[in-house]
Amino acid sequence: MRDDLILLGHGSGGTLGHELLRDLFLRHFRDPVLACLEDASDIALADERGLGGQAVLTTDSYVVKPRFFPGGDIGRLAVCGTVNDLAMRGARPIYLTVGFILEEGLPLHELERVVRSMAETAQEAGARIVAGDTKVVERGSADGLFINTAGVGLVPPGIRVSVSLAQPGDVILVSGAVGDHGLTIMTQREGLQFAGSLQSDCAPLNGLVEALLERVGPALHVLRDPTRGGLATTLCEIAEQSHVGMVVDELAIPIHDAVRAASELLGLDPLYVANEGKLVAIVAAPHAEAALEALRAHPLGREAAIIGRVVAEHRGTVALRTLLGTHRVLDMLAGEQLPRIC
Amino acid sequence: MTQAALRDPTLAQRLADEILHLADRPVRLMEFCGGHTHAILRFGIRERLAPNVRLLSGPGCPVCVTATPDIDASIALARLPDVTVATFGDMLRVPGSRGTLMQARAEGADVRIVYSALDALDLARREPQRHVVMLGIGFETTAPTVAATITQAHAEGLRNYSVFSLHKLTGPAMRAILEAGEVRLDGVIGPGHVTTIIGWQAWEFLPQEYGISCAVSGFEPLDILRAVRSLVQAIREGRPRVTNDYPRSVSREGNRVAQALMAEVFTVGPALWRGLGNVPASGLFLKATYADYDTRQRFGEALAALPPSAPDPAGCRCGEVLRGVLEPPECPLFRRVCTPAHPVGPCMVSAEGACAAYYRYGSL
Repeated sequence: MRDDLILLGHGSGGTLGHELLRDLFLRHFRDPVLACLEDASDIALADERGLGGQAVLTTDSYVVKPRFFPGGDIGRLAVCGTVNDLAMRGARPIYLTVGFILEEGLPLHELERVVRSMAETAQEAGARIVAGDTKVVERGSADGLFINTAGVGLVPPGIRVSVSLAQPGDVILVSGAVGDHGLTIMTQREGLQFAGSLQSDCAPLNGLVEALLERVGPALHVLRDPTRGGLATTLCEIAEQSHVGMVVDELAIPIHDAVRAASELLGLDPLYVANEGKLVAIVAAPHAEAALEALRAHPLGREAAIIGRVVAEHRGTVALRTLLGTHRVLDMLAGEQLPRIC
Repeated sequence: MTQAALRDPTLAQRLADEILHLADRPVRLMEFCGGHTHAILRFGIRERLAPNVRLLSGPGCPVCVTATPDIDASIALARLPDVTVATFGDMLRVPGSRGTLMQARAEGADVRIVYSALDALDLARREPQRHVVMLGIGFETTAPTVAATITQAHAEGLRNYSVFSLHKLTGPAMRAILEAGEVRLDGVIGPGHVTTIIGWQAWEFLPQEYGISCAVSGFEPLDILRAVRSLVQAIREGRPRVTNDYPRSVSREGNRVAQALMAEVFTVGPALWRGLGNVPASGLFLKATYADYDTRQRFGEALAALPPSAPDPAGCRCGEVLRGVLEPPECPLFRRVCTPAHPVGPCMVSAEGACAAYYRYGSL
């Protein structure tokens, strides 16, 4: 590529735009359907094995500062976010679309790094990027790089996973330690050095979900990835939408030491901090141990734990058992968590 | 000491039992710091020690004690042409008498959230065509960093940076509460981060002049429980004293570098506190040597031209909450009208506000 910055011309329909498409996007997102450059892509609603199922569709947009962080980058995040949203319905991700909004002046090598990361992550998840779009906006109209992704997935027959299906008696599991992603981003922003011990957990979770479904099948009632708002907010959402109560044991929730230390320093509660590679699973009680084993047998679920149970009391409310044995409400967060100043 | 050790449930239970054994009569302790209020409710300490040990929240929430006229002035500054107001995020949603900084931002005012005053200084360097006003909120914890930005700006000859100092001192506030005599206290849980800067000897006036103990505490459950144990022990023995229950961070003298930095840049004067009113010798203001970096000097005319602030919203009892006279759930607006999503007063806004803590960590 001749120039090393994104120019407004890259967004025009002319030569520059075509160069960007050919030399960068198509080179990394090598997909025959994408390479056809049709206005709309042909897709079959079946996976590579020819299996169909209920189709699910989702979309999300990504803005993150900094764009590159230990354990990931905005590109990996944009693929994982959409793949994981599909996986949380029990679906196998099949197709993705990618839309970029680029700010004039963005270094091309940065864009390339993001695009390469997206291609690698999509491959890791077994999903194909089959359609895309690029817009370039004037300097100052966007913060470097925004990404939107959408995805289509297929749910295997007989599986019904939904945020509204938690039942009293069910057991609540989390697939690993919480708070890694959010604390990594915040400590990066604050310029705090934790000597590489903090790393985002950003990862596609569809493999972990497949392993779980293989083991417990329809006994899996709810899946949700505790992204923005963290584990606490996710549990509150499930309690509300399933119209059930929950009792969660604070001591059972896995949290890495580095995350604890950083959150103490910043005055943040790791239960409200975003995760990008963890899931909450709610399963029928007789299958809880099997679900735990299935999670722990997978590389992304080695630190999985049973953290609580679903109850018929205090419907819509999550109770947290504290280390002193008292119970308090675990509430949703009204706004953003901010580092303390006192 | 690892954090896991500071949250050891067996040790925590043992300490709680010990405290309840020592507290053979009802005692009333005030945690000065809003961070402590949050930790006490979050870890279930308050409920575990009730009813013999009552924990009352104090004025240690920097955003909460910022008076309405100062919030109005901050908003007015943000609306000035070519001015950028840099602030800690909590301030954005605090209602002044004519809206919030967040509303002003939506209407076009340039308000940026920073995590440290150093970010505001960077902003001034990057955008020389704008004047960056840093809202100097906070106690002795944040004041040294803000002071550092001023000496740095001075050294660089930066002309487009100033500080609107609303910094306040913790000692005079504690004294004001005790002088008012509205609330009977047997002891004070001393603020851990503030005392890291000022040193624990700064609290010796509490036993000496008021006959009550102070135990300086960190923010982990065992830190707080140890501080409470020190207090009930001192009360039981009838020997008021200051104890340092946060030795991994706090020393007798404190951080002398930070103290020197504050003394270099700031002078002490009377300040207006929400809840406490005008408290003598409780505010930090820029010395005349640094007048070029003092928002009050740079924008004196604009600030003087401000209309007087309207009275605070009817029914909001943040002032009493900050003095430890009222517990948040006793306020008629609490949870009914005033919520974190729709706050009436600052105590429901701030991450260190007592009302926000009671709302978020309520019992079942």
